[in-house]
Amino acid sequence: MPTHSQGIVNAGDPPSPPLPRRRFVGALLGSGFLATAVAFLYPVLRYLVPPKASDVGGDAVIAGRVGELKPNSGKIFRFGNRPGLLIHTSSGEYRAMSATCTHLSCTVQYRDDLQQVWCACHNGKYDLNGRNVSGPPPRPLQAFEVQVQGDEIFVRRRRES
Amino acid sequence: MAILRNKLRPFSIACFVGLAGFVALAACLGYGQTKDTCLDCHSALPDPLGVSQEKFSQDIHAQMGLTCASCHGGDPTSDDPDKAMSRKAGWKGKIDRKRIPELCGSCHSDPAYIRRFNPSLRTDQLGQYHTSVHGKRLVAGDTKVAVCTDCHSVHDLRAPSDPRSTVNPVNVANTCARCHADASYMKEYSIPTDQFAKYSTSVHHQALTVRGDLSAPTCTTCHGNHGAAPPGVDRVENVCSNCHTFQAQMYEKSSHKEAFQSASLPGCVVCHSNHAIVHPTDAKLGAGPEGVCMRCHTPGDSCDQARVALLISLGRLDEAIKSADQVLHVAESSGMEVSEARLGQDQARDSLTKARVTIHSFRQDLVDQDIQAGLKIAAQNLRAGKAAMVERNHRRLGLGISLIAVGIVLAGLWLYIKKIES
Amino acid sequence: MSPLRDVRNWLDQRLGWQDLIAPLRKKTVPLHRLSYWYFLGGITLFLFGIQVVTGILLLLYYRPGASEAFESVQYIMTQVQFGWLIRSIHSWSANLMIFTAFAHMFSVLFLKAYRKPRELTWVSGVILLFLVMGFGFSGYLLPWNTLAFFATKVGTEITGQVPIVGKPMMIFLRGGEEVTGATLSRFFGFHVAVLPGVATLLILLHLLLVQRLGISVPPKLERQWTANPSAKREMKFFPNFMLREMMAWYVALGVLGALAAVFPWNLGVKADPFVPAPAGIKPEWYFLFMFQTLKLIPSKVWFIDGDVLGVLAFGLLGLLWLLLPFFESDQPSRTKGWITRLGVFALAYMAGMSVYGYLAK
Repeated sequence: MPTHSQGIVNAGDPPSPPLPRRRFVGALLGSGFLATAVAFLYPVLRYLVPPKASDVGGDAVIAGRVGELKPNSGKIFRFGNRPGLLIHTSSGEYRAMSATCTHLSCTVQYRDDLQQVWCACHNGKYDLNGRNVSGPPPRPLQAFEVQVQGDEIFVRRRRES
Repeated sequence: MAILRNKLRPFSIACFVGLAGFVALAACLGYGQTKDTCLDCHSALPDPLGVSQEKFSQDIHAQMGLTCASCHGGDPTSDDPDKAMSRKAGWKGKIDRKRIPELCGSCHSDPAYIRRFNPSLRTDQLGQYHTSVHGKRLVAGDTKVAVCTDCHSVHDLRAPSDPRSTVNPVNVANTCARCHADASYMKEYSIPTDQFAKYSTSVHHQALTVRGDLSAPTCTTCHGNHGAAPPGVDRVENVCSNCHTFQAQMYEKSSHKEAFQSASLPGCVVCHSNHAIVHPTDAKLGAGPEGVCMRCHTPGDSCDQARVALLISLGRLDEAIKSADQVLHVAESSGMEVSEARLGQDQARDSLTKARVTIHSFRQDLVDQDIQAGLKIAAQNLRAGKAAMVERNHRRLGLGISLIAVGIVLAGLWLYIKKIES
Repeated sequence: MSPLRDVRNWLDQRLGWQDLIAPLRKKTVPLHRLSYWYFLGGITLFLFGIQVVTGILLLLYYRPGASEAFESVQYIMTQVQFGWLIRSIHSWSANLMIFTAFAHMFSVLFLKAYRKPRELTWVSGVILLFLVMGFGFSGYLLPWNTLAFFATKVGTEITGQVPIVGKPMMIFLRGGEEVTGATLSRFFGFHVAVLPGVATLLILLHLLLVQRLGISVPPKLERQWTANPSAKREMKFFPNFMLREMMAWYVALGVLGALAAVFPWNLGVKADPFVPAPAGIKPEWYFLFMFQTLKLIPSKVWFIDGDVLGVLAFGLLGLLWLLLPFFESDQPSRTKGWITRLGVFALAYMAGMSVYGYLAK
């Protein structure tokens, strides 16, 4: 803080400038410090408050809720930066896999008439494990792990390392 | 001298024993275990009689244990050329072209025989060949047509899965082009010779040779390999629909199917060509040189109007996607997090692709369904991008205010320093 | 009188601090043409303080562990209020601090402030420089993105090249044979506990030494002032120099804020150990000169493996750099000359190699 030596002049100190000038400098510094302190503290305080969107953490994503999908149907959900396919098989199981076709990266879909995963672009077909069984696709679809907790369906990448 | 002789005798005995052993060893290690005198002479002869050991060792028949005599007959155990190549020993000499299919078929159409080598190998090639243009013309006396050895090569014949094989998918077009692209060879036939040149410009060729996508079609995929013949005007859709199912389904139900059929026009080929199948752009719907509709339709008629409407719809969605992309790009380069919207853009692009497929139904209402879905998504992403830009501007404003505050402090400190030091 | 004075008296009666800070009141800073270089140490300290504060804030949300690290940083950047600001400031300040640490070291070298009796200040400073680079190396891995993963792989691989002790050292650093989640845990421990602890102690030592020994002056000026004491020009540390230093600190704060807002630090793509390394992987800029040198050494020099030679050479150079003041001769006639020339060469080499490394494919 600026030294407001109210009229007391120390030996060796230069004569103090006229009052308005000193006040101006004082005001400037005071307001400046206050402004920068606010500019610093405001973001920090907002930062400390936890955000509403809870962090699920890890590779898990909620792909859907139990009851949302009828048996023998599928839906596309977001997995990281790519689409994923969640299938509710006719036997009641949930399967999940990457929805990006390994041929030319079109988005695949579940065909309830074929009970297979199908790519509309060039008629590629995959079975329910993601294995490429017919058409151009050169590789299987990456399969994901599905876990039903309560009424939420969690999908996560297969643990490798 | 005496000393030398004493040393020479054991030395020469050793040499003789060594040489004999070596010859015996070489004989035992001799290629194919069976004595094959044919190659002894023919590996040293010039073309066309020459077949080197090196070349023949690549041949899959040789690797399976067959010898020259298996096809050419004769006696491979005899060193005497007259005995080896005698008619009495069954020597056939150079096989007459007209008889080559039957010769190959003598094994390859015998399932019991082939089962001994590769049980899953097909044995219907000869039958198929007889249905082909090549097969039919050969029977009629034309020896210029392709026989087995022309495509599969001979003496260094490799399995089709070998990338060096002349009939590996990647090489098939080159093999067919050896005759079909040779204008002087094909002079007396009434078919064009520009197929290979045209195919080389196509997306299928690009996929096969550049991207290495073995699922991409080559000559034999559409024309057949052993039963090679053009699919026929009314069967072109069947060929294309094997991969392009959605487009084929739409086309089946469309007005064009009946129109083309009654005019004996070859379906898909009318707009997309048969060999020079390039990546289709929206210009195909246009009125310019790349436009296909106006080749048949009259300017101003209802179809022309429909065409214009379709083109406009596609253009609208394309524009919407591009402008959303642009905003998202600027937001991203300024450090804003827009990955959710970027993913959404993929969905919008999927809608556009779907709309372009639905064109094959030639129905404005169906195409509009896809267009509207896509426009909705693109609009959403545009909003997200704009929101990110607004947030970015907020940040810059916040920064500006903080910098002003810092500036005030700096000014104040500077003045204060001047004050206490003046 | 004023409330401030009352508080000061109250504290003084209980802490006796007036006696403690009395020498500080007398502290002076020499004034000459090159005085501006004296700011660098303080700025480095300020940036360290920023790192501690932003680092602690990041600790509230960051989760170490291969399956959560990237997502938690993404969470900070996208969901936490001003998370982007805290994280970007932390990243930018790290780079700025390494730069100012190097600049401080070189200015001390050229101003010859390492001479007797300040050898220990130099030694503690060089160790701090190494620690700061260690902070950079360990912190870089924490977001667990592709670039960081492979940079760490290459960096620890190079450590493994040192004969005899290299392999055990590499296993110690990596927490195993390969770079895995175990490496991340370990680097996290180094970055937030081990390095800060050691660095704090060394900083205290470094500052204590500076206080005790005063600010040094270049030799020529020193001779002049000894011969003619009235020519000596000084500035009081409190408040004059300190006010100027505050200005420098505020400028640094402004620069940091601007960098963080206009060029936020990017997130990258989550590390996947099974994906092959992207082409042209490079370490962060402060390691580029070493990396580029290693790339230029031929694979075999005589019978010695090129990389091993490079690593050993840098190790030796580091050790010699640490012990530099002890090579300085007392004789004035020899004071000018080779260490300065060496310093110029080192600076030119590091700068040149860094630029080369940055531009090379």
